[in-house]
Amino acid sequence: MTQRPAADPNEKFSDYAHGEKLVSTAWVAEHLGDDGLVIVESDEDVLLYETGHIPGAVKVDWHTELNDPVTRDYLDGEGFAALMSKKGISREDTVVIYGDKSNWWAAYALWVFELFGHPDVRLMDGGRAAWIASGGEMTTDAPKRETTEYPVVDRVDAGSRAFMTDVLDHLGKPLIDVRSPEEYTGARTHMPDYPEEGALRGGHIPTAASVPWARAANDDGTFRSRDELEAIYTDEVGLDRNDDIIAYCRIGERSSHTWFVLRYLLGYESVRNYDGSWTEWGNAVRVPIVKGEDRGEVPGRA
Amino acid sequence: MSENLPESLQEIIDDFAALAEPDKLQLLLEFSNELPGLPERYADHPELLEPVPECQSPIFLVTEVGDGEQAGTEAPAGEDAEVRLFFSAPPEAPTTRGFAGILHEGLNGLTAKEILEVPSDLALKLSLNDSVSPLRLRGMSGMLARIQRQVKEKALG
Repeated sequence: MTQRPAADPNEKFSDYAHGEKLVSTAWVAEHLGDDGLVIVESDEDVLLYETGHIPGAVKVDWHTELNDPVTRDYLDGEGFAALMSKKGISREDTVVIYGDKSNWWAAYALWVFELFGHPDVRLMDGGRAAWIASGGEMTTDAPKRETTEYPVVDRVDAGSRAFMTDVLDHLGKPLIDVRSPEEYTGARTHMPDYPEEGALRGGHIPTAASVPWARAANDDGTFRSRDELEAIYTDEVGLDRNDDIIAYCRIGERSSHTWFVLRYLLGYESVRNYDGSWTEWGNAVRVPIVKGEDRGEVPGRA
Repeated sequence: MSENLPESLQEIIDDFAALAEPDKLQLLLEFSNELPGLPERYADHPELLEPVPECQSPIFLVTEVGDGEQAGTEAPAGEDAEVRLFFSAPPEAPTTRGFAGILHEGLNGLTAKEILEVPSDLALKLSLNDSVSPLRLRGMSGMLARIQRQVKEKALG
């Protein structure tokens, strides 16, 4: 087996529980073209990659490639194997993902890669914007990668993914709502600037703490330091080492960002992303909802 | 499917329909690249453009109906008046720019009447439903609705 590219020795990262899950733009610039390393761009905007990307980076699109086109679900093991093979990614490769919007979609893609247990997936801190700001080269040249034979590995949702029934059973344990304050209180059912999300009810899941995802990011899209993150999630929200935690947003992309922070930067062992999120909960019949700023109480169970 | 769309729009719809999936995105990118920049009178006065919050990326648009007068300053231009469209969207928002490019290519220079008759589900006729997320397509519908509202005000008063 070829040796994996070494972790980024960056000082900021070494403070994190799993700093090896992050690399800097400088690390990527230095390791571009290394054997066993594949750079993946994953954006919200389906055309952004085509306007220019890191040389050699392959595109993985959340909507057209990671989602099942019919059922509201992700690819299955065969679909993922076919996608990886087509992209020229081997099971042994180190995959470094970056993207637009402070790496929301990159974190989402990373989370999906992990449902398939891809052994080494990392994020490039700061994403696409940081790469451009660092003066990194961009190209529109299509990457040339040989197709691979990625093995069919079953997707394992347990552990990292929560479904609505899991969340109902979870009520009373920590929930993190990473949407904007207006979505949390129910003043609106969609993100500012993202209207028409299609949720019939506004508010939040009872007892969920409101921690908008962006609090974990600096203005330049990089992650905040370990100390700053501890101050938010450990001190302010009161998450305990042994807690079983679920994060949600509206379709699971912003909460993937928070999931990454909790699982890898702070090292909480049990963190799940509820990808059904508000577009499921806010449309489901007879699930409890709390409006306003209060977290609310666990409803009595019959 | 036999609605009478303006020829310019019908051509675009046919072009998209004829392409395989990855090529549809390539065509959308071409529209994005070909979106004309703003003329000076708007580039220097961004406040004259209307924001389109239905889109996920910042985009602004303005219409001129008839002989170029600004909104609210003239009598209605009438339904036969020619309409010109202007858009502003950053290069980091290529999908949004692509939709603006389609609307520009398909609608610019048509009469007010022709533009007002464009069906509101235009975005769904572009065969892009598998390539572009539904939220994005709704953004394009938002642009069209705002163009039509502006044209209606300026042409019919």
